[in-house]
Amino acid sequence: MSDHQSHLSRRNALKCMAFGGAGTLFALSGGVFTPIDLAMAGAYDESKEGKVLGKPLFVQISDTHIGFSKEANPDVNGTLTQTIDIVNRMPQQPALIIHTGDITHLSRPAEFDLAQQLLSRLRTTELHTVPGEHDTTDATVTEYFNRFGKASDNKGYYSFDHSGVHFVALVNVLQFKPGGLGTLGLEQLAWVEADLKGRSTSMPIVVFAHMPLWNIYEPWGWGTGDADQLMNQLRRFGSVTVLNGHIHQIVQKVEGNVTFHTARSTAYPQPIAGEGTGPGPLKVGAELLPKMLGVSSINVVKHPRSLSINDTVLA
Amino acid sequence: MTMREIGAALVLAGVAGLGCASYLNPARAWAADEPKVMIKDFMYSPMDLTVKAGTTVTWVNLDDEPHNVISDTGLFRSGGFDTHESFSYKFDKPGTYHITCSIHPRMVATIVVE
Repeated sequence: MSDHQSHLSRRNALKCMAFGGAGTLFALSGGVFTPIDLAMAGAYDESKEGKVLGKPLFVQISDTHIGFSKEANPDVNGTLTQTIDIVNRMPQQPALIIHTGDITHLSRPAEFDLAQQLLSRLRTTELHTVPGEHDTTDATVTEYFNRFGKASDNKGYYSFDHSGVHFVALVNVLQFKPGGLGTLGLEQLAWVEADLKGRSTSMPIVVFAHMPLWNIYEPWGWGTGDADQLMNQLRRFGSVTVLNGHIHQIVQKVEGNVTFHTARSTAYPQPIAGEGTGPGPLKVGAELLPKMLGVSSINVVKHPRSLSINDTVLA
Repeated sequence: MTMREIGAALVLAGVAGLGCASYLNPARAWAADEPKVMIKDFMYSPMDLTVKAGTTVTWVNLDDEPHNVISDTGLFRSGGFDTHESFSYKFDKPGTYHITCSIHPRMVATIVVE
């Protein structure tokens, strides 16, 4: 498997360039995600092994930051609209949309209202969200929950099943230790344990939260301090996909049966970990910007049964 | 009501029960002798500040990214404030106050009130 994987990865690097950086796709084989590229996916599509690019199960939109208007992108409404157009043009519409947080920039009511108005243009109407730290900066921490709290009885975390996949939505932006990383907290971890108890290990699991559930770069808070306790609960499952936002760029890792993936923002890019003074908006030229913004779509592949992640940029 | 006023009203509503003066003040002219903490490059500067009881401290955001100021004991919590906006809090009681930014929890500072 590992030889096969590295072979594909080398081809991936070349072919993704040919595709203008259109994205990377993960396919699950024998319980382990293997990165393959879109060109390979096309080849599989024509093969007798069945379709790799099946009906998209869901699309992940992240870090829309409605309300942001600075130089890094003066038109975040426009780039979200472009993103929505890409999703709406998909030949087969995803069953649901997941927004992994930072819906707004400053948690202001008018920002939430505008975000909801823009997102309502999605042809797929089932929207699941988790809050980002930018969605919970209002002094009373109520604006997000007034709009999106119903699914979780105002806890923020919840789970649901769709197409034989179990989805777990988690919140790691409300509790934290000063000077530290995001935190899930004991109460939420206990809830996850109860939620996963008795579930078949053959059921694919998708976990999504705003901040990365693995430590990408601690000095910038790009991680979750107690994520290890979550991973201990997830390891027994044959297929786990962990989707996050927050860092406005794709970083991915495969560890055993767990695939970690962070999505691009639709609003503005951020620097690579440790470059510059902090994790603020990265100013790039107008030509480069749409290549650094985008969405991820996650497909169910029936033969063999698998999940795949496909990242698309705006241009 | 503008968005900023709504934000300020929320902050006031949030701390009114604590009997403290605290406000977002995008256009407020503060007195020259009131201490200001600049927020730049994801740091409070100074990180350690000593003031007399009754002093109002103002945090000014000079980054391209919003920040906030929250007390680790829950005594006060500002809303997020953006570039060139500020937040003020009046420290009535002596003590040591640890603050952080909930958007960027690596940002920490200490205010000692004598």
